[in-house]
Amino acid sequence: MSLLVRGATLPDGSRRDLSIADGRFVESSDASATVIDADGLLALPGLVDLHTHLREPGFEQSETVLTGSRAAAAGGYTAVFAMANTSPVQDTAGVVEQVQSLGERHGYVTVRPIGAVTVGLAGERLAEIGAMAQSRARVRVFSDDGHCVHDPLLMRRALEYVTTFGGVVAQHAQEPRLTIGAQLNEGALSSELGLAGWPAVAEESIIARDVLLAQHVGARLHVCHVSTAGSVEVIRWAKARGIRVTAEVTPHHLLLTEELARGYDSRFKVNPPLRRDEDVVALREALADGTIDIVATDHAPHPVEAKECAWDEAANGMVGLESALSVVQAAVVDTGLLEWSDVARVMSSTPAAIGLLAGYDSPFSVGSPAHVTLVDPTAHRSFSTADLHGKSVNSPYLGRDLPGRVIATVHEGRPTVLDGVLLAPEQVGADRV
Amino acid sequence: MRHLLSTADLSRDAAITMLDLAEDMADVATREVKKLPTLRGRTVVNLFFEDSTRTRVSFELAAKRLSADVINFSAKGSSVSKGESLKDTAQTLAAMGADGVVIRHSASGAPRVLAESGWIDAGVVNAGDGTHEHPTQALLDAFTMRRRLHGNASRGKGLDGVRVVIVGDILHSRVARSNVWLLATLGAEVSLVAPATLLPVSTSEWPVTVGYDLDAAIADAPDVVMMLRIQAERMNAAFFPSAREYSREWGLDDERVARLPADTMVMHPGPMNRGLEISAGAADSPRSTVLEQVANGVSIRMAVLYHLLSGSDS
Repeated sequence: MSLLVRGATLPDGSRRDLSIADGRFVESSDASATVIDADGLLALPGLVDLHTHLREPGFEQSETVLTGSRAAAAGGYTAVFAMANTSPVQDTAGVVEQVQSLGERHGYVTVRPIGAVTVGLAGERLAEIGAMAQSRARVRVFSDDGHCVHDPLLMRRALEYVTTFGGVVAQHAQEPRLTIGAQLNEGALSSELGLAGWPAVAEESIIARDVLLAQHVGARLHVCHVSTAGSVEVIRWAKARGIRVTAEVTPHHLLLTEELARGYDSRFKVNPPLRRDEDVVALREALADGTIDIVATDHAPHPVEAKECAWDEAANGMVGLESALSVVQAAVVDTGLLEWSDVARVMSSTPAAIGLLAGYDSPFSVGSPAHVTLVDPTAHRSFSTADLHGKSVNSPYLGRDLPGRVIATVHEGRPTVLDGVLLAPEQVGADRV
Repeated sequence: MRHLLSTADLSRDAAITMLDLAEDMADVATREVKKLPTLRGRTVVNLFFEDSTRTRVSFELAAKRLSADVINFSAKGSSVSKGESLKDTAQTLAAMGADGVVIRHSASGAPRVLAESGWIDAGVVNAGDGTHEHPTQALLDAFTMRRRLHGNASRGKGLDGVRVVIVGDILHSRVARSNVWLLATLGAEVSLVAPATLLPVSTSEWPVTVGYDLDAAIADAPDVVMMLRIQAERMNAAFFPSAREYSREWGLDDERVARLPADTMVMHPGPMNRGLEISAGAADSPRSTVLEQVANGVSIRMAVLYHLLSGSDS
């Protein structure tokens, strides 16, 4: 299959045609190539999400590898890293290989399973990290996300052991004893609403400990969903010392604040919680100055009944794949903090580099795998359930006006989205193995 | 006003109107026939997801004195304890035609979720939600203060300049939150006294002063000392080391009571831990308003139900 993307504007502002054949960028297209008119559209390298919950196996009422892949493609993603908190947990070679092969079968995106750090995410003993690393899924990112690897000795060992296989530990930084029953950012609002507080220090103290551990054992550390101004300061300090730490921020922490929780609307309940205006400002600046390396969605689908209840009883999490690029545009592009070339870096090449995913290091160059996202940054839409393509609708953006729209997504040289329409599974999965 | 969810939603005029209405309701209790026909044919459901015999009985009596039909729907032994959601319970009550729902829930904000959900089209009264609010308790406390201070001349008055000290577990207290907003609205000067562990992390935007020293607060000769119930499980969570130490530092014992001006009221929302946050001497003294609070609770709840359900909004 060959494609000709005509007249696209690249992140650096240059305008050119992109020729694609057999899954890669090529010098020029022949007459048989399918033409995609990209006049006025921005071409980004295919987006990479280092933090997605696909929920399969075990929680198929929330999401499956297929539905999550479709949501990802609709949002302009061509690769997602699937978190380990499935059931059974992705803590053995068998489970990660199953997730990997489901992703390959559906073909919308490259699905890279993340392996659990500890057996059953229980935080007690190391999972079979080596077996997962050397399995057909070749796992390189390990995380107990949803749970913090809080035992300092176990975290030290995990950092060291993962290094053996060239991987990285992605830490969900949350001191569990400081966040028992925590519901909302601890501060004036939680005090007023009578909701148990989730103090910033519970995140910052773990990050501080972990960067020091990473320095001590010479390992690489990745910090999931950084949410506070204080965490930014700790990471900035660690990077200045040469500690090998990378960090991600979610789109929602770049745009939304705790104030949205005032009406106890559980769509805004997420872990880590939405924080203050000052935190949002600090996170945006940290993304702009490189202290925070990437944007990752923490796409966390839940069925409606998990959200249609009192705040304390509601599940944590928001879906984010379909809205991420628009939210990033609203939060940091339209506000002048990031250029589109920065967006390409924080949403594609750097997440791929952190996750050791090949094929994203020289986008658009001849011979590279053809992953492209075409965006109309001038579009505006009132975000609605029609924009959601996964199984769940727990988006905090429903009814909100968002800029930008994904017009086409090309994964390994094949369109998954064309003319703003997500293609059907048989169109995408056709003649794949 | 369709619902009563938080005292923060009440304007000064609305609060005083409610207190005045409760005065009328209190008069009913002095009659031979303690009953008004106002809510005849209306159905009030006491939806209690959390045990509270006192509050439920108070609301039940209030609704019955207004001639409403009252259904008690408690979590224990009902479908609620079998995992039924708030939504399904609410829709069930809506299908049965409930006009008013009095809800007690262990989760902060549950009454607001119920009121704004569209699951049920009934007036919602918050009868205590988690560690958030307990608005009828604050109204009955204000009512009690006003009556002690002004007697039969209470109608139309606020609590301007009345100095109230609230002592104890502010952090977990829905009574404290509702009182803080309402008393400030009515013009009272509120101070909070507690160990730092039992104060919310941020009260900077609250209309209160905050201190740790009960003796200093007593030395200031307040008009009202309101003691909050201390729960034994707080000790195990390291909020304070022992009941004895708590009692010594923040308990209202006989010796502290003796230092209060003669007309200072001692209040407690009940149930009391005698010997822990309050001594028997303090609880049973003439300055104690504990039983008046219980009696006034019925009047306040009659006023609230009447106001929300009788269609007398105008």
